[in-house]
Amino acid sequence: MTERDLVIVGAGPAGMAAAISARESGVSDILLLERDQHLGGILNQCVHTGFGIEYFKEVLTGPEYSSRFIEKIEGAPGIEVSLRSFVVKLTKEKILTYIKPGIMGLVRAKAVIMATGCREKTREMVHIAGTRPSGIFSAGLAQKLINIEGLLPGKEVVVVGSGDIGLIMARRFTLEGAKIKAVIEIQGKSRGLIRNVAQCIEDFDIPVYFGHKISRIHGANRVEKVSVVKVDENFREIPSQGFEIECDTVLMSVGLIPENELIEMAGVEIDKKTNSPVSREVNKTSIPGIFCCGNSFKIYDLADWVSKDAALAGTMAAEYIRGLK
Amino acid sequence: MHSYDVVIIGGGVIGTSIARELSRHKLKIAILEKEEELAFGVSKSNSGIIHPGTQNPVNSLKGRLCVQGNALTRKMSKELGIDFKEVGELIVAFNEEERLKLVGLKDEAETLGVPRLKMVDSSWLERNEPNLSREVVAALYAPTAGIISPYRWAYDLAENAVKNGVEIHELTKAQKVSPVDGEGFEVYTSRGEYKARFVINAAGLFADEVSRMVGVDDFKIRPRKGEEFLLDKKKENITNHLIFPLPSKNSKGVLVIKTSDGNPMIGPTAEDVDSKVDLSTSDQGFKKVLSSAQRLVPSINGDDVIAYFAGLRPASGEDFIIKHEAKAPGFINVAGIQSPGLTAAPAIALLVSDILKSNGLSLKRKLFFHRHRKKEIHLFSIPLEETKRLINKDPGYGDIICRCEMVSAKEVRNSIERGARTLDGIKFRTRAQAGRCHGSFCTTRLMKILQEETGKRPTEVTKRGKGSEIVKEERSSDVIARPEGSKQSQL
Repeated sequence: MTERDLVIVGAGPAGMAAAISARESGVSDILLLERDQHLGGILNQCVHTGFGIEYFKEVLTGPEYSSRFIEKIEGAPGIEVSLRSFVVKLTKEKILTYIKPGIMGLVRAKAVIMATGCREKTREMVHIAGTRPSGIFSAGLAQKLINIEGLLPGKEVVVVGSGDIGLIMARRFTLEGAKIKAVIEIQGKSRGLIRNVAQCIEDFDIPVYFGHKISRIHGANRVEKVSVVKVDENFREIPSQGFEIECDTVLMSVGLIPENELIEMAGVEIDKKTNSPVSREVNKTSIPGIFCCGNSFKIYDLADWVSKDAALAGTMAAEYIRGLK
Repeated sequence: MHSYDVVIIGGGVIGTSIARELSRHKLKIAILEKEEELAFGVSKSNSGIIHPGTQNPVNSLKGRLCVQGNALTRKMSKELGIDFKEVGELIVAFNEEERLKLVGLKDEAETLGVPRLKMVDSSWLERNEPNLSREVVAALYAPTAGIISPYRWAYDLAENAVKNGVEIHELTKAQKVSPVDGEGFEVYTSRGEYKARFVINAAGLFADEVSRMVGVDDFKIRPRKGEEFLLDKKKENITNHLIFPLPSKNSKGVLVIKTSDGNPMIGPTAEDVDSKVDLSTSDQGFKKVLSSAQRLVPSINGDDVIAYFAGLRPASGEDFIIKHEAKAPGFINVAGIQSPGLTAAPAIALLVSDILKSNGLSLKRKLFFHRHRKKEIHLFSIPLEETKRLINKDPGYGDIICRCEMVSAKEVRNSIERGARTLDGIKFRTRAQAGRCHGSFCTTRLMKILQEETGKRPTEVTKRGKGSEIVKEERSSDVIARPEGSKQSQL
């Protein structure tokens, strides 16, 4: 077992900002564990602009924003980066077990910062009746398929949910020549940033149905159509006000869930409703020395806010480590 | 034209069980499966229960073969390296009238040879099944009930059958079966003709249509849909046994069960339908199952439901139809195999073997029959120490593809070697995509590995066969795609 001052789980915008901040606050022994094959996390697939407006006072794409942090991390003395490293266990004594090709590592840390981000709510979680054909994607998966793999998931798309990722993907699909038949939003107005509604929906004349939901997905092997129904103020279906939309793709953009299964395993108190750690002070968890930042702490709308939040976690971890000596 | 001793139409749990049993003998055997992979029909929607043998009519094939099958499945599961968990079953009563019915059920079951049954009271239930509704007054406890993964069972049987010489032909749909004078049959399929001395019809939902091909049309398959709902694995220990209500006329009722992979499951519904292909779930089904399940285990919550699916039971009449058809000598129907079909499968295989023998097929035991199959490795079910050993031996075990279920690249490649050709095939064999994120994070890497191992183009990767392709077009002419197996991606 190796001993480290600070272990950070996740090297997306949160993990990277936390590492840089911790180092600037005096921590000189940092292990940054990232499960993917690159630094950058979800930013790598966010080719649209809108990042860095607050943090750098510039308008950047996701990869450009991410590279500002990567530059500071790569080769920085005191920060060891371990890619393809998947943490499988965390204990309350701050012992982490991780695996990567060829190695299972065991490390004890003085402090741990969790920057494990979030996952998307799926069709199954929102209980949509119907069949289980191919052609149903979470917005993030569709984004990865288009932007990283160069594959077009579908040609006639219905977007469920008007959150930011759904709006961005509505535009992305349109730019690739696909047709967005509709955005279906159960609330009375969009959940996303105003600029996204303007730039992704209004600019492209995409029809949005507020106060509606998908009641059924049809299609034996591939999506063929969806049933859409109006809902009342209590979100109950009004069956007489329904219609169908033919499509070959359903894009789910119905919310994000912080990924906190690891700290839950370690015994950290988790809010059952939000899946976030129960916290008296920002970034702290119920176990002293285990910190949480970025989307795994709380779902943020902007990567800029994630970086600010994570930087704070970095300084708190540094303070905690100093206090141990 | 290929010539066989036995051709089995249908590669689900029944077809693969029969093939494995027959592969003990010196016979040329082929399974013809119309889907891209085995077990993609009825078998994949099975709830995975190995029944103790209660609730079957006395003097029925179901009754006899279920009890026999329960014992055989235990034995064979060890040989074939698959997990069988004996969890036991409780059929519950809410009042005195129901309790008396349970006593009747117990007597009938004992006549059938079901072992170790006992009636238990509310204090036993409070101690051993604490989350069960306090309205339950008594239960019939059948300790020999167990759970198994139904599709992995079919795969393991198939793999062992193949090791013992059986051929499996996927994407091979039987279209016409013509008797050849005194010589058996010619089976015309979507992929060529097969000559067979004996044909076994294990075609599930389509068994009546296959039977009609040889002029035997005295039964009809009337699909009965069952919707099932999986709960979060965190609730794995909400119950200790399989919980059954008293059975109704045509179904065992809505159950609260454990599954081999850990997730509790509630359901199924029982609805007669016309379609043999419509597998949709419904809001009404969800509501009905949830309320029935909550009657048994009140703490079950709708929010715990993380996945749902439907299956179609190939129902036909009261009992299994397993017989040699005098009208078409050499043709054996194995039809109407609904519950307890999974449990009965090994016993059905023995019965079919006997039927073949008494109709002229000479069964000569092979000198070397590979009885065992090595259990495959799943990182999510072994201790970390063993994972470490594996990673040191083969780095591919340390390359995690599916983070939610901890599935490594090596396991994914193994599954493709063992027959997975589709994303569902990989999911059923490895559990990749079956976890919390339902494939959001791992799909792209799974697609790449599948492309590499099978030579498929990205647009040819499917969820479960032709028609269910994942993506519509490739746009990567400007993107420098790094193949999964290249040096750079191994770093």
